[in-house]
Amino acid sequence: MNNFMNDPMMLRSIIMDHYEYPRNHELKKEDGYLQKHMASESCIDDIYVQSKITDGIIEDIRFDGVACTISTSSTSIMSELLQGKTIDEAKKIIANYYQMIDGKDFDENVLQEAIAFHNVGKQANRIKCATIGWKAMEELIEESEAKK
Amino acid sequence: MLNVENIRQDFPMLQGKMMQQHPLIYLDNGATTLKPRAVIDAVVKYYEEYGANAHRGDYDLSYFVDQEYQQTREDVAAFLHAESEEIVYTSGATAGLNMVAYGIGERLLQEGDIVLSSEAEHASCVLPWMRVATKCHASLAYIPLQEDGRIDMDMLEQMMNERVKVIALAHIGNVLGYIAPMKEICALAHRYGAIVVVDAAQSAPHMPIDVKDMDCDFLAFSAHKMCGPTGVGILYGKKALLAQMEPMLLGGDSNARFDVCGNIQLKDAPYKFESGTQPIEGIFGLHAAIRYLQAIGMKEIHRYEQQLHAYAVARLKQMDNIILYNENNDTGIITFNVKGVFAQDAATFFNANGIAVRSGQHCAKLLNEVLQTSATIRASLYFYNTKEEIDRFLAVCANATMETCLDVFF
Repeated sequence: MNNFMNDPMMLRSIIMDHYEYPRNHELKKEDGYLQKHMASESCIDDIYVQSKITDGIIEDIRFDGVACTISTSSTSIMSELLQGKTIDEAKKIIANYYQMIDGKDFDENVLQEAIAFHNVGKQANRIKCATIGWKAMEELIEESEAKK
Repeated sequence: MLNVENIRQDFPMLQGKMMQQHPLIYLDNGATTLKPRAVIDAVVKYYEEYGANAHRGDYDLSYFVDQEYQQTREDVAAFLHAESEEIVYTSGATAGLNMVAYGIGERLLQEGDIVLSSEAEHASCVLPWMRVATKCHASLAYIPLQEDGRIDMDMLEQMMNERVKVIALAHIGNVLGYIAPMKEICALAHRYGAIVVVDAAQSAPHMPIDVKDMDCDFLAFSAHKMCGPTGVGILYGKKALLAQMEPMLLGGDSNARFDVCGNIQLKDAPYKFESGTQPIEGIFGLHAAIRYLQAIGMKEIHRYEQQLHAYAVARLKQMDNIILYNENNDTGIITFNVKGVFAQDAATFFNANGIAVRSGQHCAKLLNEVLQTSATIRASLYFYNTKEEIDRFLAVCANATMETCLDVFF
């Protein structure tokens, strides 16, 4: 584990930066985007995630909606991290992210800024916030594969 | 004077229970309450010493169950100042409110009729009427709230006319905690021939209720919000209205006889609404809960919670980082936000400090427009909360910022 992961100030500033200035935080109306609405009764989060996936490459990821700090920042980081990746690369990153959230072994190099959430399980009821955008993306990838 | 230290000895959950390495401070009593030993024992006692069903057997055990079952009904009636045949066992406030909407609303409402409710209502109070009004080609209108969130009585008076058949309102709102002037509302409704359905989920546990004095037509609440078990509740209805009301469910125990031609003769209220085996252990537990609350005194409980609330609010008002939505309310419900922090993030910070509060829309999704926020944090008090717990809660409030709320994740 590198030092960066054990520096709460650093991790906090990553999360705050993505919460205050979320990346790719505008939905697109043009064709070619798949869209997923994620809202749950138990949680306030109500977000839309879009992705444009062409020939197995994730060209774009967008999101918007009302959400807490953890879900906004984790989705923002995901949108940057997976953009430009192939579906196979993205799946590997997503799998590593879930491994990390579950407290299991993972490859921190592929997760980059997403390691800011490595201790989110300390607040068990917030795991769903840290994964809501990632789950949406996982479903969009599945949808794009089913379309082939 | 209420002796909180003695009272706390009665609650197993208050004997050293920890949350996130801190002693638990339970301030989510609007969602459900902790149970005293007497209630837990009553539930267990049913299984260990009674075992039998009610109304079914010709043997001693079943007879004893019947006796306790009936005694509970009588004691609940006394608790509300009602008659025992006006007391219906339900699975909770939600069931009671639905039973009224379907059982009497559908018979009462004609095309063009009006049901009045408010934007501060819990989903369980307003959604059944939304559906029944649509089905009957009637409409549901919302009584406007004053700026502070109370029902605007002048507007209600202006909205009243002969087409208004039902007013469905909470006695105490579950988000803002104001006591609605129910006696006045009932008198006004009755002048126009409308009935009043009261959601007492947040009031019956916290203050004395006198349905005769209030003159409401129906009133529903849940046992679990008043130290009782989950899965059981009470619907009070005026005798004449219960006689007109159709049961939603038919089955064993609710019918007197039936034949192959389709003739069904239902029992009288309350039994016609109690098809199937009721949660007997829950009814035993409800009985113990009501006895427990009455031994302390509902007036005492109400007064104590108001004192605790006033103490908390006076200090919260001085905190620059706290937005308080209901400082002048009448009960132990404190609704607030931490400036610049999303409600759920702040609630997690309280969790990390061992304090149970709830964030969200509190099942009252129409209210957000009034409060101009998408979510709030609710701390709801009960008589077993102490001044020391409030001090701890206030210290955590004072310390809540975006940074501290995020630090609990590292």
